[in-house]
Amino acid sequence: MSSTGEADRAQRPEGRASEAVTREADPQDTAPDAQAPEQAPYTRTPIDDSTLPGHRRNALIMAGLVVLTAAATVVCLAVGRYALDPADVVRILASRVHLLTDLVPQTWTDSDERVVVMVRGPRVASALLIGASLAVCGAAMQAAFRNPLVNPQILGVSHGASFGGVLAIAMGWSAVALVSAALAGGLAVLALVWALSRREGGGALTVVLAGVIIGAFFSALVSVVTYLADPYDTLPGIVFWLMGSLATSTWPTATVVAVTTLIGMLVVVPLRWRLNVLTLSDEEGRGLGVPVAALRWVVLGATALMVAGAVSVSGVIGWIGLVIPHLTRLIVGPDHRVLVPASALLGGVYLLVIDTLARTVTAGEVPLGALTALIGAPVFFLLLHTNRRRVWNGD
Amino acid sequence: MIEAHGIGFHHPGGDWLFRGLTLTVPPGAVTCVMGPNGRGKTTLMRCLSGLLAPKEGFVVREEHVAHVPQASPSTFAFSVLDMVLMGRARSIGTFSRPRASDVRAARSALRRVGTLELAERPFTELSGGQRQLVLVARALCSGHRTLMLDEPASALDVRNQGALLRVSRELADEGYAVLMNTHHPDHAAWLADRAVLMHTDRVETGSAAELITGPALTELFALPVSTHTVPEGRGERVLVAPHYGS
Repeated sequence: MSSTGEADRAQRPEGRASEAVTREADPQDTAPDAQAPEQAPYTRTPIDDSTLPGHRRNALIMAGLVVLTAAATVVCLAVGRYALDPADVVRILASRVHLLTDLVPQTWTDSDERVVVMVRGPRVASALLIGASLAVCGAAMQAAFRNPLVNPQILGVSHGASFGGVLAIAMGWSAVALVSAALAGGLAVLALVWALSRREGGGALTVVLAGVIIGAFFSALVSVVTYLADPYDTLPGIVFWLMGSLATSTWPTATVVAVTTLIGMLVVVPLRWRLNVLTLSDEEGRGLGVPVAALRWVVLGATALMVAGAVSVSGVIGWIGLVIPHLTRLIVGPDHRVLVPASALLGGVYLLVIDTLARTVTAGEVPLGALTALIGAPVFFLLLHTNRRRVWNGD
Repeated sequence: MIEAHGIGFHHPGGDWLFRGLTLTVPPGAVTCVMGPNGRGKTTLMRCLSGLLAPKEGFVVREEHVAHVPQASPSTFAFSVLDMVLMGRARSIGTFSRPRASDVRAARSALRRVGTLELAERPFTELSGGQRQLVLVARALCSGHRTLMLDEPASALDVRNQGALLRVSRELADEGYAVLMNTHHPDHAAWLADRAVLMHTDRVETGSAAELITGPALTELFALPVSTHTVPEGRGERVLVAPHYGS
């Protein structure tokens, strides 16, 4: 073979293989190959070689989501038992910006301002931050474990955070101690999962198994504390907190979520293109020059921090981390460059709307964990039913 | 260009798959590795590419290796262009994203293997043959000029096998160093300049014309194999016929 002449080799691409290997008479069959590379620029001229398909569309969608988030924030600050004019809400917010303070005419009362800034403000901010955190965690973990059914609960971090929070309520600790205990519980689970899976090899499946094991253990601990809690004093608080609620949000607790969200996002958002590579097999990713195992742990560490921060303030809110990434994939496609920021905005808006419904539809507070799924499940089913093939490699 | 000097590998507690193996994967040529299932072809490739450290000996690589794994569907429905862009992962900074020049490189790699029209299709919806060609494009897009293909034609129909072999041949003629594991002796006979035969007890390396012969393949596959020279175009080619039984 190596002794074949130059002339023979030169004509090989066209003639030889099509004659001897395929023996196809159909000229159509050889058409894609007949197109030699040097001819390609003339026969096929893409509109713009250097931009990605859907680039402009995705930019528009992102802009739309930003506007939607802003509008939802204003509306949700205005509605409630003490209803406000959305225009007043905008003016109150504007008056808080330093340069604008003197330019805004004061058309609102002091109690209006107190409702917006002190009562609803921390709650709306927490909803936006927690919704964004959980959705981004879901998207990142689905990539890290190459499985569209993964949700942020799978690592057991939320069980650890639940245990910390439940313990704090049972012991009658302060709100600050509750948040700290939940954060500590969540991060302790991550450390345990890391240690256990490292001993057993450290592949993606090992990490999931370690998470399930440790999560089950902490979930049992939550049950024990719940069982032992005083049924007249602490038990109702525990049950309500576990179902998820933002009713107790204050600026200090909102600051905790803001910090965990900020740190987590500062890791995940810049790494978002790498998440695409993380969805390939480990060997494939390493072949592309990406340190897959290290990247996965960095991403998991960031998500654990965000999940623990979210649980510490709101209790366990399921569903968002599973469904919002899917919903977003239907809109912007699976590329994490767009998926991660779009999920953050959509997740924030979703939880904000759900939480506003939770505090307005009845005189009491509907548990968030129940409401996210009650509304989300049918919507998700409908979307999935119509678009399944576009989301992932479904059958 | 890759040079392996006296490399050896065995799995923990297992026998040596190969030992004292010295071979070169030269630029401008296709090197085909053949051997029975489980003999260690993939392990050898991983040692040569750097995914696996040999237990003894060392490998000299002039540059990174571009891998072409066997095509399997991705979990998420990335567009073909997104898939090819991942080939640039080494040159795109950890906290960065593809730029216009990367997208241009991806498109030209797709054009090079004749699949540019697939650029915006979801990778999950392609046929096996299209996927394999897209993965070749991803490897080209990395800019590395050493390609390693692990049984790329295993799941392809005859026509797609032809497309893959032609692209591999053209790349070698352009100066790429190509290493391919294959179960198809006919492919090796058509394509290879150099061959590596992994016999049960030893590894033979040398020029393809000398190694791809009836007696050598008979020993390699433990099955009678004959070779037949037939005219093709202006030259001739070798057909390999295994005799499966009567």
